[in-house]
Amino acid sequence: MEIRWHILLAIMGASVVTLLPRVLPLVLLSRMQLPEWTMRWLNYVPVAVMAALIAQELFTTDGKVHILQHYVEILAAIPTFATAILTRSLLGTVVVGILSLMVLRFVL
Amino acid sequence: MSENVKLHQQEIEVKEDSLLQGIRDCIPTLLGYLSIGFAAGVVGKTSGLSVLEISLMSTLIYAGSAQFIMAGMIAAHGSAAAIILTVFIVNLRHLLLSAAMSPYFRHLSAFKTMLIGTLLTDETFGVAMNKAMNRSSLSEKWMHGLNITAYLNWIIATIAGAFFGKWITDPEKYGLDFALTAMFIGLLVLQMISRRIIRKDLIVAVCAVLIVLGAGSFVSGSVAVIIATIVAAAIGMVVEKWK
Repeated sequence: MEIRWHILLAIMGASVVTLLPRVLPLVLLSRMQLPEWTMRWLNYVPVAVMAALIAQELFTTDGKVHILQHYVEILAAIPTFATAILTRSLLGTVVVGILSLMVLRFVL
Repeated sequence: MSENVKLHQQEIEVKEDSLLQGIRDCIPTLLGYLSIGFAAGVVGKTSGLSVLEISLMSTLIYAGSAQFIMAGMIAAHGSAAAIILTVFIVNLRHLLLSAAMSPYFRHLSAFKTMLIGTLLTDETFGVAMNKAMNRSSLSEKWMHGLNITAYLNWIIATIAGAFFGKWITDPEKYGLDFALTAMFIGLLVLQMISRRIIRKDLIVAVCAVLIVLGAGSFVSGSVAVIIATIVAAAIGMVVEKWK
């Protein structure tokens, strides 16, 4: 059990550069009245970021598209999407997603 | 009679906004972060980090992708400056999430919004934005319940990974790595269903997918997510104005 000096330095620095983007917009923008177009733009951020993250998880390895490498995950995404749409339950979606992938990896 | 109904409604609202409800609303995300956190702990350990260093990382940085990359760079003897710069870029998308959350916390002091932002993650953001649907503000207590539950779960998961990692070397075998993707799918779908602007949201989602995949060939994955989010949300804004 030890902490090395240069690793502590990296962790401290990384924690500062992670904290600032998390905190600054919330603190600053919540005190301001934003123009209408900004609000409308921000309104689409959740859908855009979630879709981008899903695409990256499903289709890419290290940022590059590799569809064939990911075909099992892509197949597992189908029942996962279906569960989300039909049940509207987050927990149900996660459980069906894990089970689908497990079954598909076992079968294929 | 109407007085009674009003009182009842208030009670429901109070319950909906409580710390306990925040903890409950975090439950669906636990499995995803548990498995990713566990994996992060395993990877940290195999990169030669001590359990104490791994716990410190989870407590102070609290970001999955950053911790994976850090472990890799430490194993490759990267300099502290290079590591810090990389982590900064990987987590820069938080700027967008934090900005998108800001309108819901106008009622809080700067210090209180700072506390809320400190524990912001992709998944707590997703859960909070689903909660924010059809409301103008979010409760501070509810947010703390959600945030602190996710935070503790993450720290415990990474420490468990660091301790037990040598026995479970391949968490992928159990499909657990998909928990995070499934969570994102659930958050996106629920969001789109309750927003009731399905066609515009679909355009934005499809654009985000195409842009992130296209941009991935030129820039790193984390920068691609930032570009895709900025551009796809702008397309949504334009389409809305134009119709």
